[in-house]
Amino acid sequence: MKSRIAIFSISLILISVYFIPVWRIDLEAPQYPEGLGMNIWINKITGDLNTINNLNHYIGMKSIEPDSIQELKIMPYVLAFLILIGIVVSISSKRILLLGWVLFFIILGIAGGVDFYLWEYDYGHNLSPDAAIKIPGMSYQPPLIGTKELANFTASSLPDAGGYILIAFGILSVLILFYELKFKKN
Amino acid sequence: MKNQIFLNKGLFLVFVFILILSGCGKKTQGPLIESDAPNKVYIEPGKYDEFYAFVSGGFSGQMAVYGLPSGRLFREIPVFSQNPENGYGYTEETKPMLETTHGFIPWDDSHHCELSMTDGVPDGRWLFINGNNTPRIARVDLKTFKTVEIIEIPNSAGNHSSPFITPNSEYVVAGTRFSIPIENKDVPISSYKDNFKGAISFLKVDKNTGEMGIAFQLITPPFDYDLSHAGKGPSDGWFFFSCYNSEQAHTLIEVNASQKDKDYIMAVNWKKIEELVAQGKGTEMPTEFYHNKYEDKTHSAKSEIIKKVKTLKPEDIAGNIFYIPCPKSPHGADVDPSGEFIVGGGKLASVIPVFAFSKMVKAIEGKEFEGEVAGIPVLKYESVLSGEVKNPGLGPLHTEFDDKGHAYTSCFVSSEIVKWDVKTKEVIDRIPVYYSVGHLLIPGGDSKKPYGKYLLAMNKITKDRFLPTGPELTQSAQLIDISGDKMKILLDFPTVGEPHYAQGIPAEIISKNSQRIYKIEENQHPYVTKAEKDARVERKGNEIHVYMTAIRSHLAPDNIEGVKVGDVVYFHLTNLEQDWDIPHGFTIMGNENSELLVMPGETCTIKWTPKTAGMYPFYCTDFCSALHQEMQGYLRVSAKDSNVPLTFSIGKKEQ
Repeated sequence: MKSRIAIFSISLILISVYFIPVWRIDLEAPQYPEGLGMNIWINKITGDLNTINNLNHYIGMKSIEPDSIQELKIMPYVLAFLILIGIVVSISSKRILLLGWVLFFIILGIAGGVDFYLWEYDYGHNLSPDAAIKIPGMSYQPPLIGTKELANFTASSLPDAGGYILIAFGILSVLILFYELKFKKN
Repeated sequence: MKNQIFLNKGLFLVFVFILILSGCGKKTQGPLIESDAPNKVYIEPGKYDEFYAFVSGGFSGQMAVYGLPSGRLFREIPVFSQNPENGYGYTEETKPMLETTHGFIPWDDSHHCELSMTDGVPDGRWLFINGNNTPRIARVDLKTFKTVEIIEIPNSAGNHSSPFITPNSEYVVAGTRFSIPIENKDVPISSYKDNFKGAISFLKVDKNTGEMGIAFQLITPPFDYDLSHAGKGPSDGWFFFSCYNSEQAHTLIEVNASQKDKDYIMAVNWKKIEELVAQGKGTEMPTEFYHNKYEDKTHSAKSEIIKKVKTLKPEDIAGNIFYIPCPKSPHGADVDPSGEFIVGGGKLASVIPVFAFSKMVKAIEGKEFEGEVAGIPVLKYESVLSGEVKNPGLGPLHTEFDDKGHAYTSCFVSSEIVKWDVKTKEVIDRIPVYYSVGHLLIPGGDSKKPYGKYLLAMNKITKDRFLPTGPELTQSAQLIDISGDKMKILLDFPTVGEPHYAQGIPAEIISKNSQRIYKIEENQHPYVTKAEKDARVERKGNEIHVYMTAIRSHLAPDNIEGVKVGDVVYFHLTNLEQDWDIPHGFTIMGNENSELLVMPGETCTIKWTPKTAGMYPFYCTDFCSALHQEMQGYLRVSAKDSNVPLTFSIGKKEQ
């Protein structure tokens, strides 16, 4: 019973991820003391995108166009599916469903990470041969998570509020699964 | 002002001569380093000043913005003078700002800054400044630090007594320094007393937009109206104008306007007059004056010619206008923070008269008049006087106040600042300044709420204060610490032009609203180019319109062909940047206008008329980026009869 309420609650909390950014990439440079930032939501990218794109053209990086990123179109449905299944799990008491739900989320998390890494790799390495600034051997891939020096910029890639909610959700759902499997064997 | 300077420089020499004769002519000044002055004015790199100081440029026609206490110059805001540095007065958008009934006037003599006020305290929204020579008032928007409005003052000829403001920015005023025939006409100068009048204009300020409009003009006797200040607190509703030349002289004013022991401060009940005007009093007279307004949305100014003005004669406003005798040739007419005391700065007087508003009201009720001038009652001096500051110094000009009941008066001739108690009229302290101080500034010092920490003395003579630069020297400002009992000099710094009056305000009130960019999506300029793909060149007869964009680090288009001799080319440059502090510049070889300096999101236009066929390079004049030097292009000009088609491009690969 307690587990079902918990599953129901964390599923509902996931709705907040529609309204806050999930990830952020922050850039700092000597001439940008106020910083430049890019906020990745599940369906859009906000922040100083124009300025970042304009600066990136010097190194031949592709312009980041949210409209052409498929993930931003799919993610809202995936999240809705996750929430929906969570509610179904909380209503039915099928443990196998719970297991499936948690595994789905974990796979989703890993897939998301891999996708984000590939996306960053593509933008960081696929540079125009006509770029004005070419540094031999230099690529501009921001870190998956953490901080890295890229030319005059210090780039940091970290979860935003929505990302922390997703991480918390992941931990809680695993804990609930353990609780269910360990103490309620009967 | 110039005349007064000559007069006072003359007096100064006489005074120095006397000092030398009496053997005490040597001024001494101890080293500052023992004091804590360096710490008080040192602002750590990257840290901000406590106050903004807006200092008029005098004959530069502009206004300078400094930080206090550091004295660092942040910016010179072009107001009445063309400024090739950023194209003000040269661009098609800003040329209308300098239009007047006398034509396009590229210069003026800007004297007095006045901040907009709410409840008698500077609110940091707008700043008004007068053009003395071709009578005008300008308004600067303090979100953008741009001149957004200039209005010409008809029937005026030397807008000196201006643009002082009422406690809730209801009105700014414009009293004329030169009386002239109204309306201006061809008469013998010797008919001065019969034909000349002094016009005092009240300009209504829109409380939401700040826009000015001439509400009414008072047509008064032909004196020289010098300075003014509005009443506040108990005296709110009144305005006080100092005037000299009550002798009504028209030649050798230096002597002929200095004959009487007393001139006047004119007290005007503007609230009552406002009611009378609302009831239909006054005469609408035909006239002509320009009203020039700049709009942020279109990044453009437009001129409007207004053809009438409401005037009121003394008899129309009887009971609401009075003269207070004031010794002698007064300059400042300054009202203390409480609103009870009005201080006259009699340049040639040996005392500083302090008038009491409550006594003035009683004197008016009791009809304590000593006579009248042109139907305007003259109050008895003693009936209005609260007291005189004895032996203040020579040539008292202008008074500002602190928040502890003290007044500070600049003394031009004896070159000092005198601190005195407003209630007791006792002189408390005095400090020499270098040299011959004109106006003073205490942040909020003419408001209900002075910030009595610093005083800025704006000096007319600099001489040996800085490294010499030939005969033409900068003028000098001196920062004085007034937080303690004794005034202490902290800092000398050079100024732009010749400062007259200035205003100071806590920095935070303005800095928090300061705009960083113009949003490109809000740009409604008729020739805006909002995206590089729309950059183009169009021909309309012999007019060529270049819709050009700038973004780091290219101008688009950057190859233009098919322009012919005889064409008039308009470059409409839109800066597509939306990033803080990334302006782009533009110029082309042989450009007889100025350059352009275009802020992020802004569109500016420069007109260029090529005279001979050939190749004309253009480039960005602001070092915007690492590839700024590459931000360039070519415009090909062909002979008048050539058949080169009009083409434009950017980034076309070589065949």
